[in-house]
Amino acid sequence: MAIQLDIKLKKHNKIYSEGENVSGVLAILSQTDFKHDGISLLMEGTVNLQLSAKNVGIFEAFYNSVKPIPLVTSSIDLAMPGKIPAGMTDIPFEFPLKPRSGRSLYETYHGVFVNIQYVVKADLKRSFLNKDLSKSQEFIVEYKTGITGLITAKPEPINFKISPESIQNIKDKAKVPRFLVTGHLDSATCCIGRPLTGELVVERCEVPIKSVELQLVRVETCGCAEGYARDATEVQNIQIGEGNVPCGLAIPIHMVFPRLFTCPTLITNNFKVEFEVNIVIVFQDDHLVTENFPIRLTRF
Amino acid sequence: MPGATPPRLSCDWVSKSRDVLQGNLKKQLPFEEVLDHPLKPLVVTMSETRVVKLRTVGGSTTSSTRSSTPTPTQSSTTYLMDPLGAALEGTDPLSQLANQQKLDPLSAMAAESWVEPVEGKRGKENVTTSVAMDDGLRESWSSRKAGILCKFTTSEKLSIVTSFLSGGEKVVVKAQSSMVDKVRTRLEQLDDFEDGSVRQMLDLSQQEYVGRIEQLNTELVQAWHQDQRVKALKIAIQCSKLLVDTSVIQFYPSKFVLITDILDIFGKLVYERLRTKSDYYAPGSKVPTCLPENFTADMVPESAKETCRNWFYKIASIRELVPRLYVEMAILKSYSFLTSGEFSQALLRLTKMIRGIGDPLVAVYARCYLCRVGLSINSSDRVYLRENFYDFLATYTQLFSPSIRLDLSLQKVDLSTYLTLYTPALDYILQSVAHEATEKTLAEILDRCKQKCNSALLFNTIMAAFKPAYIAARATQFVELLTSCDDEGFPKYLLFRTLGLCLTLADPPTEHCLQILNDVWKIVSKLNDPAQYISCAEVWVQYAAKHLSTREVNTFLGDIINHMSGGRAYENHYASLQTVMERVLAHANDFETLLTMDKFLPMLDIFQKESVKVEVCKSIMLHYTKTYQYQTTNDPVITNALMFICRVMHDSVNALTVEDEKRQIGNLICSFVKRVDFGRDFEQQLSFFVEARASFTNLDVIHAQLVQSVNRLAVETRCIVKGHHTRKTASFVHACAAYCYITIPSITSVLMRLELYLLSGQVALLNQCLGQADACLKAALNLISDVPKMIEVDGKHRSSEPYIVSYICNFLSTLLIVPDSPEQGVLYLTKGLLNVIQNYSWDHQSNARSTVYLQVLDMLSAASQESYPYHIDMVDSNDVLYGSDPKFIAELNRMCSVVVEEILNHLKYLGANEHYQKQSSLALELLIRIAVKADLSKPDLATLALNLWNLAQKHGCMDIKLAVRTTEYLKKKFSGSNEDVHADFISRLKIKSHGKQ
Repeated sequence: MAIQLDIKLKKHNKIYSEGENVSGVLAILSQTDFKHDGISLLMEGTVNLQLSAKNVGIFEAFYNSVKPIPLVTSSIDLAMPGKIPAGMTDIPFEFPLKPRSGRSLYETYHGVFVNIQYVVKADLKRSFLNKDLSKSQEFIVEYKTGITGLITAKPEPINFKISPESIQNIKDKAKVPRFLVTGHLDSATCCIGRPLTGELVVERCEVPIKSVELQLVRVETCGCAEGYARDATEVQNIQIGEGNVPCGLAIPIHMVFPRLFTCPTLITNNFKVEFEVNIVIVFQDDHLVTENFPIRLTRF
Repeated sequence: MPGATPPRLSCDWVSKSRDVLQGNLKKQLPFEEVLDHPLKPLVVTMSETRVVKLRTVGGSTTSSTRSSTPTPTQSSTTYLMDPLGAALEGTDPLSQLANQQKLDPLSAMAAESWVEPVEGKRGKENVTTSVAMDDGLRESWSSRKAGILCKFTTSEKLSIVTSFLSGGEKVVVKAQSSMVDKVRTRLEQLDDFEDGSVRQMLDLSQQEYVGRIEQLNTELVQAWHQDQRVKALKIAIQCSKLLVDTSVIQFYPSKFVLITDILDIFGKLVYERLRTKSDYYAPGSKVPTCLPENFTADMVPESAKETCRNWFYKIASIRELVPRLYVEMAILKSYSFLTSGEFSQALLRLTKMIRGIGDPLVAVYARCYLCRVGLSINSSDRVYLRENFYDFLATYTQLFSPSIRLDLSLQKVDLSTYLTLYTPALDYILQSVAHEATEKTLAEILDRCKQKCNSALLFNTIMAAFKPAYIAARATQFVELLTSCDDEGFPKYLLFRTLGLCLTLADPPTEHCLQILNDVWKIVSKLNDPAQYISCAEVWVQYAAKHLSTREVNTFLGDIINHMSGGRAYENHYASLQTVMERVLAHANDFETLLTMDKFLPMLDIFQKESVKVEVCKSIMLHYTKTYQYQTTNDPVITNALMFICRVMHDSVNALTVEDEKRQIGNLICSFVKRVDFGRDFEQQLSFFVEARASFTNLDVIHAQLVQSVNRLAVETRCIVKGHHTRKTASFVHACAAYCYITIPSITSVLMRLELYLLSGQVALLNQCLGQADACLKAALNLISDVPKMIEVDGKHRSSEPYIVSYICNFLSTLLIVPDSPEQGVLYLTKGLLNVIQNYSWDHQSNARSTVYLQVLDMLSAASQESYPYHIDMVDSNDVLYGSDPKFIAELNRMCSVVVEEILNHLKYLGANEHYQKQSSLALELLIRIAVKADLSKPDLATLALNLWNLAQKHGCMDIKLAVRTTEYLKKKFSGSNEDVHADFISRLKIKSHGKQ
């Protein structure tokens, strides 16, 4: 009975950029012949913003979510009402990827309060006795080279030195063990396709270290009627030092930016997506020291 | 049966005299000179393409095929004196093999570790691998694995935390904070355990632990094949997480081996799937196939690249460092789908990232795995190997840091045990660095290591890793370094042991040889623990034996005895002591000096356990027989020493000893007996044999050998005096004969006794000891009836009849020339033999008895001749004694008649039982005997012969061709004589055709 719909994109990695054609086939698999009232295909890209309960009341967060911002919409009718024979039917399609007028395309991003998503959605309408069938397929949008206004990564090394003196936000300085951690990040502006690199040296430390971690944090800001909300949440946490790390030896800082969950730093009128890196040093007694570095991600 | 005349059952035999000598001469084939022994194996070396056959059957064509230019050389040197005895010499190849490699390499390693349970040294293996490492570097890991698993074991309880195994108690993982953030969970779900499914298994024994790991392994493969690839990845991650845990630290190396095995499998699965799933269009082909084995990155289709990239992204997001590193290393090979040049970069990056692992043991094993993975990928770049070692050096002080010491004291592990845990990984890393490295590298690494304190572990690894030749060249330097190492940490005896292993494989500068040993021994001899001492000694004794003179070896052995005798320490170290002996023997090129060393036999005394002692004695004898293949000895010291050793072996034989063991020992002792030779001093030789007989009373083989040797001695004596015995030699050969006569009865095997009696009788006869010869032959006669009906030949039971028949034939031909003793009647011995034949319980079905009788007829007919076909020089046979006296001839004829009667009886028996075929052939045989050897002019005999002829043909059993040929033969035989009897006889032999039946 089951009729299966599947959208197969031509590109395996499903990555497209502005101006390209999103092409593929709609594959219909059915055991029997069946009638339908038309098949349509919709391509759309939207920015979904959500307010966090932290900044506004829980009800507002629920009701007052900001309207999605459409970036691209286009639809085509793939087939007039008619009959689909049994077996496999492939219907090819193609959309030009062009933003709506007055808008520009942002890169795909899956966040907490900000989501930028592009989908191709197929709808197969059937007579009212049968349920309509639909299927959607996400594809990924990346910037292409040569867009004006894009920042490219360049080495901007950041040196750091973490010691009891450099820490803020502590009550009793005397309780802090003496330690010195130095190092550098290779650049504050990172290309998203390449790992974040740098080095870290534990020069000396009075108490044993339990773990050295690298935390990637997203900072999402949504503007709305009541002002704006800014939220920092963790994307991932990567351990770079396990146990009592040897002193005086440079430990590499190396983190691959996860796909989908990161995008080039994006600042628009309505919302912002920015990233930060924390270097976290956890001591044996579970006390931890964090040093924060805002970074800027770029596509190129 | 009407019509057929039954043969008469008796006849009066009258022998015919023949011109035997002339007949013999006629029969002789032309002589031809041969160059080689027909039983020697034919080995032809050719220097030309033309095939040169040195020997063909019968040697008749030798001269014709010999060519002048190519010189065929026969390699007979490899053979012992007697080609048939060669197989019996020493031990047979199978048991030899079993002796040489008592254990297969794996169990050998296990055995080694069993002897030295604490230490973690696999020096022998290491050094040898580094010698023959060439391409084996990659494979060498698999051989190490088993060793590691054997060596690093524990009796402590282990625990596993995993979500993929059933059983064990549930653990509550800290509840996930109720995050709305589904994204976070998605990213982290890889390394988090599934909720509520985590089970911690506590109190596992090592066996159970290994079992669980195996289970995880199958689980992973199963998950993979069920398309649950994420689950497979999770299992891989969880497994590598176990490597962070160093709680039961002695077991860590084994754990590493077990888990990296799983990771290897995982890596292979990923790689193979990527390879086979990617559709590859070969140039010019439209049909997609999977990628060839040696693909390049640009052949890989985009879809496969994407999948591959996904794997790496997924792994890059693993939260914890150690699992992330291990899993990435496991699938490192899959980088080849993306780019071809990524490896060296990735390897260097991983090398650096390992620095983040705080525990030095975990880190060094991670490095070991990295090097292994790196080597398995075809990358010419080897920089990372050295980087890994230098990184380890940089963290070396950590090994001795207070926190590690604290941990060790909590686990109750001492520092030296802890350090030995490093050896497998460190050795592997450094060996990959040292592979094909130059001396410069060694110098550089050595310099760096010298700067560290507590560097014993490092030196040990260096010595094991680099080519022994490099080490040997710097031997004195190393001795200094090792001597100055402080005792803290790595056990010193292991260092010297490793150095010793290097120096036995490569030679240090000759002028330093003695100095090195002296310096080393200053320290080693101070070792109080006999286990440590002997493990050094067993290595260095080889050094001493190889490079230094016997005097030093002697001193060395003395030192070993001193150290090992205290408190009966030797009892626990027989295996090592045995190796010491083996090595001394292997390098002894001069056995005499070896045996004359005053510490050699005392060393033997240290083996108090009999079985071990016998083993050692056996190997000594084996070496002796090998080195002294042709040489003989008469040195009293050697003889006495070997006599002592042989006695030890001999005395170990008892009722429970297995047959094979007896055979081995017997052969070894025999070979010793054979090699003692006092030259012309025959008296002493005989007294040695007397002594040997007294010493080796239990083994048949030895007695047989002694009898043979004494007989040989007697014959040699005869050769020297050329048959003319003086009084002195006469009494000596009498003594020899007496020796044989006395010795033979103590042999248990009847057959052996029979043979030896006959032989001794012949030899006695040869030496004109008529009384002794008579005695021997008589003894043999008495023995014949004791021959068992069945004998074992090559493990199968056979009837002994063929043997008896041939033995009696042999006996008969000897009897012909034995002169009758004046005290006994005519042909006393022959009559005795006839009695024996008469009373022997023959198998009625066979013709054996008749065959023997036919031979007796032959012999008797020969005896009736005027002069016998052969004689023994200086011994008068019956032909001379009786001079064809008519009485004597009559007696012979009478005996013949009796024998013929016996045969006729048998013919009748055969006829009655309808064995016509046998009857026919026997009748024919007898006919020929009568025709040729009896006087046909006697009508009785002629009639009998004719009857036999008819009988032979009666049942149509005789082949007509045979009949024709027989008559031809007889015609030819008779052609010399002019008597009518013969022509008449021939004419009466009618050939019946079969149709008449």
